[in-house]
Amino acid sequence: MMNELVSDLSAVRAEAFLAAGICVLLLFDLFIRDRHRDLTYALAMLLLAGTGWLAATAGGDGRVLAFGGSVVVDPLARVLKVAAALAMAVVFLYSRPWLRERQLFRGEYYVLGLFALLGILVIISGHSFLVIYLGLEMLSLALYALVVYDRDSPIGAESGMKYFVLGAIASGTLLYGMSIVYGFSGTLNLGELREYAAGLDGVPVFLLVGLGFMLSGIAFKFGAVPFHMWVPDVYQGAPTSVSLLIATAPKLASIALVIRLVAEALPELLVTWQVILMTLAVLSLLIGNIVAIAQTNIKRMLAYSAIAHVGFILLGVATGTTAGVEAAVFYSIVYVVAAAGAFGIIMLLSSRGAEADQLDDFRGLSQRSPWFALMMLLLMASMIGIPPLAGFYAKWIVLLALVEAGAVWLALFAVLMSVVGAFYYLRVIRLMYFDELPGGAPVQAPGDFRLVLSINALLALALGLFPGPLMDLCTGLLG
Amino acid sequence: MLNNYLPVLLFLMVAVGIGLILLGIGFLVGRGQKDPEKLSAYECGFEAFEDSRMKFDVRYYLVAILFIVFDLEIAFLFPWAISLDEIGLYGLGAMAIFLLVLVVGFIYEWKKGALEWD
Repeated sequence: MMNELVSDLSAVRAEAFLAAGICVLLLFDLFIRDRHRDLTYALAMLLLAGTGWLAATAGGDGRVLAFGGSVVVDPLARVLKVAAALAMAVVFLYSRPWLRERQLFRGEYYVLGLFALLGILVIISGHSFLVIYLGLEMLSLALYALVVYDRDSPIGAESGMKYFVLGAIASGTLLYGMSIVYGFSGTLNLGELREYAAGLDGVPVFLLVGLGFMLSGIAFKFGAVPFHMWVPDVYQGAPTSVSLLIATAPKLASIALVIRLVAEALPELLVTWQVILMTLAVLSLLIGNIVAIAQTNIKRMLAYSAIAHVGFILLGVATGTTAGVEAAVFYSIVYVVAAAGAFGIIMLLSSRGAEADQLDDFRGLSQRSPWFALMMLLLMASMIGIPPLAGFYAKWIVLLALVEAGAVWLALFAVLMSVVGAFYYLRVIRLMYFDELPGGAPVQAPGDFRLVLSINALLALALGLFPGPLMDLCTGLLG
Repeated sequence: MLNNYLPVLLFLMVAVGIGLILLGIGFLVGRGQKDPEKLSAYECGFEAFEDSRMKFDVRYYLVAILFIVFDLEIAFLFPWAISLDEIGLYGLGAMAIFLLVLVVGFIYEWKKGALEWD
């Protein structure tokens, strides 16, 4: 009993450490003065470092089940958890000057951000419907609160309200699907569910109904068409530091969600969910890329671009092959790098009081700040998928997996949509290099912000030139 | 398995039956002289002050939420207390952690002034 408890706790040590740390941070922040608020930030960063390290070492090298099989620690969990902790650290770093300029620099931002991360970690390690649902709710509730973080902003309140109502419906849909599957299979545990599905003689209708509800819930949380309506409004309405947060780490939870609940738990039903995922992916690629062209607000444009990228990620999972799933994980990590950098540039330009969330704010950036114009160029080119950037390699392996799985037409369609998508990324580059903004002030930002933003953008290049190390991390994920 | 629910079904039928009979007797036997006094809104014996669909202070909402948190805590404590002899030290530890987390939240709301009306 005691030994079992120790080994269980050792498997979830990153989550336990983070949960305890959040409580300490919350109390610590209550008792310090406003001018010492930087200490909260420093403590949050320390917590992230500790969480990342503990997550990287949890469970040794193999696959460990804990708490009676409802929690799993495998290579997939380790990679995604470390990536999520890193992404959150970058988010906190970019947000600090932005929040300070707007008198939003308070401890709650860090507490809620860390709670969101805790939810992400729980989802990634979830191996039971209940655990995954708890993680998802913890993530979602923290995000709802963060969207209305600037509570005097009318647009923030509006988007927060939309997000909350739609998110509650999606959670209900997911939970309803889970309860149907549970009602018939008699198990909440994903490992037992897999055995149950393997022993079935033909596919019963109820399982399909449950699976359909679950996939709708997942698609909503992922922001895939036709469940994407909240994405542009939330990206645009939320404070930019929160849009940055929503655009990065939670995507890693979404990919884990779809892999755990569908690809790992129900491989027997591949034929069914493959069709659903492919439909979602095709619609996301189509709507995301085409509607993004019409946007004038760059946060909204990046929201539609996120929808399009989700299409690519879902295509990878939909192949049902190991190579496809690994390509999807690689793609989502590369996407998170590019999205963090792009929102970082928006916040860099915004840090002089006014928001730089219109495309026109990027006019003539190459004269105001040649270096960061170059960085934005790298990030946009990575999102288009121009070699030798990381986005190219990510798209390449997803397409390769698709072709190997026999879906040549889907691969062609994805390439075609990438070409359509290139238009709106190239427009940003055109505005930066070939247009002028009279009277534009030079860009100012703290040194650590500039340094990390540069590293972030150069990472999009480095991962494309040397994809080997990350690709090694992303192989053998499913053990 | 469904046999276990038979008493519940009987109870439901009796409850609905009694309700219907009581209302039905009143409806059939009662004389029902309706006048303005009888049909007007009743508020503790005096005239109704205002429309009941008015705005009220958003702080009630905060108090209600804080109340629900600690109300639900009781809902967890009762089954825990009853099964304590079976779940042992493990259960004691789990509940201690749960209460500790709630106390952290309680300190937060207190220090932030959520418990002060003005």
